[in-house]
Amino acid sequence: MAVIQVERKPLTFAERTYIPQIIEGLWITIKHFFQPTVTLQYPEQRPEIPKGYRGVPTLVKDPNGREKCVSCQLCEFVCPPKAIRITPGELSESSDNAHVEKGPQAFDIDMLRCIYCGLCQEVCPEEAIFLQNTFSMSGYTRAEMVNNKAKLYELGGTLPDEHLKWDKKKTAEEHGNAH
Amino acid sequence: MFDFYFHLPLIVRLVLQAIAVILFMFPVAAACSMAERKICAWIQNRPGPNRAIAPIGGLLTPLGLVGRIPFLGPFLQQMGIFQLAADGGKFTFKEDPVPGHVNKFYFILAPIIAMIPALTTVVVVPVGAYFAVINGQTVLQPIVLANVDIGILAVFAVSSLGVYAVILAGWASNSKYAFLGGVRASAQLVSYELAMTLSVLPVFLWMNKPGGQGTLSLFDAVQMQNGVWHGLFNMATYHGMWGVFYMPLSAFIFLVALFAETNRAPFDMAEAESELVAGFHTEYGAFKWSLFFLAEYCHMIVGSAVCILLFFGGWNILPWIPLTTLIDWLSHIIPFATHPLFMGLVGIGIFVGKVFSFIFFFMWVRWTLPRFRYDQIMHLGWKKLLPLSIANLLFYTLAFALLAWLKK
Repeated sequence: MAVIQVERKPLTFAERTYIPQIIEGLWITIKHFFQPTVTLQYPEQRPEIPKGYRGVPTLVKDPNGREKCVSCQLCEFVCPPKAIRITPGELSESSDNAHVEKGPQAFDIDMLRCIYCGLCQEVCPEEAIFLQNTFSMSGYTRAEMVNNKAKLYELGGTLPDEHLKWDKKKTAEEHGNAH
Repeated sequence: MFDFYFHLPLIVRLVLQAIAVILFMFPVAAACSMAERKICAWIQNRPGPNRAIAPIGGLLTPLGLVGRIPFLGPFLQQMGIFQLAADGGKFTFKEDPVPGHVNKFYFILAPIIAMIPALTTVVVVPVGAYFAVINGQTVLQPIVLANVDIGILAVFAVSSLGVYAVILAGWASNSKYAFLGGVRASAQLVSYELAMTLSVLPVFLWMNKPGGQGTLSLFDAVQMQNGVWHGLFNMATYHGMWGVFYMPLSAFIFLVALFAETNRAPFDMAEAESELVAGFHTEYGAFKWSLFFLAEYCHMIVGSAVCILLFFGGWNILPWIPLTTLIDWLSHIIPFATHPLFMGLVGIGIFVGKVFSFIFFFMWVRWTLPRFRYDQIMHLGWKKLLPLSIANLLFYTLAFALLAWLKK
């Protein structure tokens, strides 16, 4: 590529005195002086969370109130900082969802370790774990910063589900054409 | 009642006036720090400090109650008034450590030395005027702590002592950043002092006639702008014309040198927080640090006051409208307009308003311009401003000589 020599224009006398530049600068700052402020008064005003924001990871239920997690532990294995600890358990025979067979007994996410990478959400085959809107976590002790299962469901709530995979499975089973 | 005041012994009156001036300077200098933060914030499209509010209970109860008045309280909170109180309380009561490696005597002496010249210079600065009857004649008298004829000399002599505080602080701190700050400040202050002094000489050349009555008083500088004091020429026809119209270049050089003398941006070499941590006051904290801060603002107040007296008409509200004319107009509406108290308050009000606009200008410039490099400051001071002020002085000397010769 050819080198282009750019002629630098010599400064005019007015520019060398620096005074027109100062006046121009003063004019710019005084314009800003009278402009409205752009600061968000944080605790009172909350920022608008954009779609797809990766906040605190949470567990969600399907519209029928069934917990979606089947404790496959994929998220636990994929979690880079090892923030997730799952104790897998079996669902009792009497439960409505006995055909799902497994669910987490305990599900802890250590928010002091979590790096909000979203790999758990990406890897989850059941679409049970989501990084949602919550962006401010605080606590006085380390123990407070560990979200247990109840807290995770409280934060997560219910998300819409078009497929309802396990309900279809149950109906199919009842009609005798499972699998 | 006011006659009672004028019948007090002179010494008592002077002490009362001095206390009044100090009681004015201290809170205003402190309020300047809040003004600085707010102006900086508004220029950067931020709201600035607006959260603090005084609690009800304890020492701050009156302030806390004020904060709960509807509309006024939230407005004061928005303006950061309570933040100012909190800052003041913090500076006064927090622990004031003296680092182990400093020269203790000079370390403690430095902030005191900073404060003394800053407050002493106020003594010769007139802030207003009133009509007094002396020997049956009505004469305009200045409102000033000491109406001495050496006015401007006293200001220059005392205010330049302020540099010792910076040097002492920098040296006694025994730290390289503080030391560099002190050295830079001393070099800068010495360089700009020359240009500053030379730039005001034409004003006093004009005010003093060879063989006539001589003066260096700041009150007479304003009287000349009023057309009452006659120096080389009879000024009566130009009455109310401000000095800045006669000598724009002098006013400009004085203002630039004033920025440098008060260590304000773009000349804040002594602090240079991006290069020298905090410059000469790196090792200082709490009350001693706040004294440096107050001294800087006091210097700004006195400096702008002198600039206003010399070039911007003192207590005259607008060019060509001296205070006496204004009072003349007012006396048609208000019967007691010529009363010393009323007239004095009007004059002081106008003067203080001008000082505040100057301080606003100082802050406006600070948040507009980047800091000069050290060599640029030296270049500007020695190679630009000093020759310019000498040329300025020569020009006015020749012009005055010529005009005086033509008049003969």
